Amino acid sequence: MTTVSSAEHSRRDFLYIATGAVGVVGAAAALVPLIAQMNPDASTIAAGAPVEIDLAPIADGQIVKVFWRSKPIFISHRTKKDIEEAQKVDVANLPDPEPDSERVKQGHDQWLVVIGICTHLGCIPLAHQGEYDGWFCPCHGSQYDTAGRIRKGPAPKNLPLPPYAFISDTKIRIG
Amino acid sequence: MSGHATYQPTNRVLQWLEKRLPIGGLVHSSFIAYPTPRNLNYWWAFGGILSFMLGVQIITGIVLAMHYTPHVDMAFKSIEIVMRDVNFGWLLRYLHANGAAMFFLAVYIHMFRGLYYGSYKEPREVLWILGVILYLLMMATGFMGYVLVWGQMSFWAATVITNLFSAIPGVGDAIVTWLWGGYAVGNPTLNRFYSLHYLLPFVIAGVVVLHVWALHVTGQNNPTGIEPKSDQDTVSFTPYATIKDGFLMVCFCILFAWFVFYIPNFLGHSDNYIPANPAVTPSEIVPEWYYLPFYAILRSIPNKLLGVIALFGSIGILAFLPWLDTSKVRSARYRPLFRQFFWLFVIAAVGLGWLGTKPPEGIYVILARILTFYYFAFFLIVLPLLGIFEKTKPLPNSISESVLGAKA
Repeated sequence: MTTVSSAEHSRRDFLYIATGAVGVVGAAAALVPLIAQMNPDASTIAAGAPVEIDLAPIADGQIVKVFWRSKPIFISHRTKKDIEEAQKVDVANLPDPEPDSERVKQGHDQWLVVIGICTHLGCIPLAHQGEYDGWFCPCHGSQYDTAGRIRKGPAPKNLPLPPYAFISDTKIRIG
Repeated sequence: MSGHATYQPTNRVLQWLEKRLPIGGLVHSSFIAYPTPRNLNYWWAFGGILSFMLGVQIITGIVLAMHYTPHVDMAFKSIEIVMRDVNFGWLLRYLHANGAAMFFLAVYIHMFRGLYYGSYKEPREVLWILGVILYLLMMATGFMGYVLVWGQMSFWAATVITNLFSAIPGVGDAIVTWLWGGYAVGNPTLNRFYSLHYLLPFVIAGVVVLHVWALHVTGQNNPTGIEPKSDQDTVSFTPYATIKDGFLMVCFCILFAWFVFYIPNFLGHSDNYIPANPAVTPSEIVPEWYYLPFYAILRSIPNKLLGVIALFGSIGILAFLPWLDTSKVRSARYRPLFRQFFWLFVIAAVGLGWLGTKPPEGIYVILARILTFYYFAFFLIVLPLLGIFEKTKPLPNSISESVLGAKA
């Protein structure tokens, strides 16, 4: 830099840059509420509190749909055949490898609880359909097995497990 | 370009105004004296038709907003009230819904016109990119408007489209929650879509001003693709272009009216007359016809992230067209090879649209993959190479010569 005004650089330029920097920080700070307002509000979060589900009325082989945080949750009362099919699969060959034991709570093999949203683009798969006796997504043809694992189609992942725990043998709390 | 009349108001009031705000002169030089190439054909009339359709959509939209309730419990019902109870509500809604389809029909013709005659080439790159931005804005606006109906197709379209963003590694889920304002598509989503659906048409109108501004800086392209060289090559915008645009606009309105009055639901999906139900996905999900080619591209790729990238890439690639096409000759009239590839591209785009309506299985998947490959190959392989290898036909010396023959 060999400009004539180089001697004047220090002070005035510092003020310009400092003023500009404050302006940029201020504008960025103003963006925070504008962006944050779009995230779930307090009532939406509060409505996402845990729910308790009584499993007793769900018959063997039946799949029910409940809602938690406005997401459909599938609760599948799996038959012996369902469980066997889910356990004998060669886990290493699955697109998203997970053994059946990681999909259910220990000692509750007959209960599969998954979030019923296709991991492809969010449609709700249909129960008891497809080649693996699990779920079939009507939107883009993804197929899930009796452990809710992706077996075929464009979905990248298994049906996710919601956070839940058994309160008693016939009651769970989701959330 | 000189030679055409300039604005000289004789009225005292207009003279007074002109000295303070030269708006009369601006309108006169832009829409009356503005020189247009004398050889423009009817494919050049769609810019005017698009402006007209934007006006139709804004006017019908504003009045529909007076009757619509953006709440999940009332949205669907408020639209049924528009259809049954509001005076002329059925007409206004059918105009708006079919108007969107007509808008897209016109924009596709307008885009293919630009592609055929090389209207994106130097010095019109910015003009073209502004057009791509307008097209993206139209897609976003059309999608959000479709969601407002809050029928089954609305709800699941909103779910599928917002979930496209979940493919982004790491932050995808957080972005989707932010878009929704909840844990699924719900009332906050509907509210914000309504707000944005009202806003975006005015953003479009603003970008249209830039688009027209850029057009008036470079001047219009024309079927020969060579620039006007003298006053002989141009005619004034009014009456020549105004009358020609106006005539085709009337013809276009006949088509529009045929849809509105005779087959108003032909382009819609009957499932959208079922109120939105977050618990049941319809057995087949199909977007509106104007998104079908991109939907087919998304489905033709078996990997989620790559499918989403291909979907956005297929639109984004248009912005790079001015640099992907390496040929110096603009118009397809003088590019025999390009012309064949162009028509293949039109067939591929329409074919993808047809495949978008078919279930993603068997032969349809294979066909969709072939056409998707061609779609991208056209931009990334064919256009760059044609500029090098194609032997173009000789260009005429001037627009007048091409119209009147060499003797003129």
